[in-house]
Amino acid sequence: MPKQHSPHAVIIGAGFTGCALAYDLAQRGFAVTVLERGEIASGTSGRTHGLLHSGARYCTEDQEAARECIQENRILRKIAAQCIEFNGGLFVALDDSDLSYAPKFAAGAQACDIEIEELTTAQALQLEPNLNPQVRMAYRVPDGAFDPLRLALAFAASARQLGAEFKPYHEVTGFILDGQGAVTGLNVTDRHARQAYQQPADIVINATGAWAGHLAAMIGLTVPVTPAPGVMVAYNRRLIQRVINRLNAPGDGDILIPQRRMVVIGTTSFKVQDADYIPVFPEQVEEMHRKAMELIPAVAQTAERGAYMSARPLIGTAEDERSLTRTFKCYDHAQGGQVERLVTITGGKATTCRAMAEKTADLVCQKLGISAACQTADQPLASYRLYYSA
Amino acid sequence: MKPTTWTITLSISRQSGGAPRHFQEFTLEVNPDEYVLDAVERVWAFHDRSLNYRHACHHSTCGACGMVVNGVEKLTCITPIREVTRDRGTLRIEPLRNFPVQSDLVVDMSAFYQNMEASKLNSVSPVEKADLPIDHPTPAAPAVDAERLVDCIECGLCVSVCPAAATSDSYVGPAALAGAHQQFQATGEISLLDWADHQDGLWRCHSAYECTAVCPSNVNPAWRIMNLRRHVVSQRIRSLFGAKEPRP
Repeated sequence: MPKQHSPHAVIIGAGFTGCALAYDLAQRGFAVTVLERGEIASGTSGRTHGLLHSGARYCTEDQEAARECIQENRILRKIAAQCIEFNGGLFVALDDSDLSYAPKFAAGAQACDIEIEELTTAQALQLEPNLNPQVRMAYRVPDGAFDPLRLALAFAASARQLGAEFKPYHEVTGFILDGQGAVTGLNVTDRHARQAYQQPADIVINATGAWAGHLAAMIGLTVPVTPAPGVMVAYNRRLIQRVINRLNAPGDGDILIPQRRMVVIGTTSFKVQDADYIPVFPEQVEEMHRKAMELIPAVAQTAERGAYMSARPLIGTAEDERSLTRTFKCYDHAQGGQVERLVTITGGKATTCRAMAEKTADLVCQKLGISAACQTADQPLASYRLYYSA
Repeated sequence: MKPTTWTITLSISRQSGGAPRHFQEFTLEVNPDEYVLDAVERVWAFHDRSLNYRHACHHSTCGACGMVVNGVEKLTCITPIREVTRDRGTLRIEPLRNFPVQSDLVVDMSAFYQNMEASKLNSVSPVEKADLPIDHPTPAAPAVDAERLVDCIECGLCVSVCPAAATSDSYVGPAALAGAHQQFQATGEISLLDWADHQDGLWRCHSAYECTAVCPSNVNPAWRIMNLRRHVVSQRIRSLFGAKEPRP
């Protein structure tokens, strides 16, 4: 149960951001309740590629996101090692276009403080014998792979140990206002019991990612977030030990990651209005198969194990969703005299979820006049299995 | 080429708030190469938003979407529809057995995860220790210093299918025993043998091997349980002669 007399923060959404935020706010002395309409990490978070970004993917096009990624990559390796395969990654050049991108890449990585090491063809093939033998050059980068549900559960377990309360299968159906433009609670349905109730709150944080716009629209607010899905395809052999990236500007099917006994290729990018159900398009799966074979030809002799879609929450509404930044944004809806005691956090990457939580908790503390520093970067998280402790 | 379309009926177990369960039928058009979880998700999205089910990663790394499909435990995100039914066929979908049902297809995993924690299984392991000793070697690079997430995804299918788990709530179950075995192989820690050497541990297993039959992730719990018994018996005999450490 939440502690008495502490300010009560109610978080909507138990993806990476909501779970990390629950941990951060609980550390700063808040009573925390997390409402989630489904299972923990059952939206975008669970269906992520599982790539612990070094930031190198964005170091030429989106340096703000790249810097956030490498900083958080170093922190997550320290606090969440329990669910990360950290074997590093390679950026590989296969053709002239890739080779001509290399100087820009090296300069971008240096500008963003990402440690890279140039490898010869022979060195790259020695590290990863299944790599396309046509490889022309490669860089080594500090990429990794993580288990998505376990990363979310590790933050949630750590939050629970500090008294935070998690309510999966509890869906928010509306906001309760005090008549003077401040949120005082939420209308909620307990989906297990199929019963409605009211959840009081001193402050509400909308951490619903690709759904942030839909939640905000319930009280007439606008959050400029674009759900931008992409497809991932998993194959049933672990053909590589390191993440393999195509050495070029971000594009479709340019990242292949190892995970357990699998490899997973991703991804595409397009826009949708509603992230609730996104079909897996067979033609996109075919395209991923072709792209995966370019990087690792042995994929041709490997069976598909799964195929799935996940909707990134991208900030903005530009025509070309690849041009939207991968960084995150925190909105105080009191600005412009709209709604008090409501904050939205969206955008970002799985890799940056802890930083997203830190910035959001800073804003929440500032709004309630509380001075407490973030401590989430220091200690390893509790075992993810303790989320289920009594 | 236009994908094949099948019409199938999902007969889904529904249950909430202590009421007795019933089955509700939904008929939908599917591509038989889609996975069972895709069909369940479409029922939620387009037919009945009150349906509750567990899922997260959709590619067999998280273990959340285990269900009983036509009487057999399946990880639904990697079970192609064509493997479990035919055009105009029915898929009967039920929650895992031997777990408390919270509603519909959602079960309470608390006791299971507590047993897994007690097994002390590290979820990340050096690659050469992550594979089964009876495995074919991983076809990737010689894994110098590489690590990976272990095979057990804690989906609970092995506990759901286990006839011994059906007779006893206190049995720690195949997944936790397999976890203790894997951790013992990696560390040689004697306390893991002591933990498993118990009537609700190793000796509750009746060697039905159903766990290994349904495991979607190569864990082979039954083999691990039998092998852990050998380690326990060997350790008991050695301790009779004063040995404190396991045989290297």
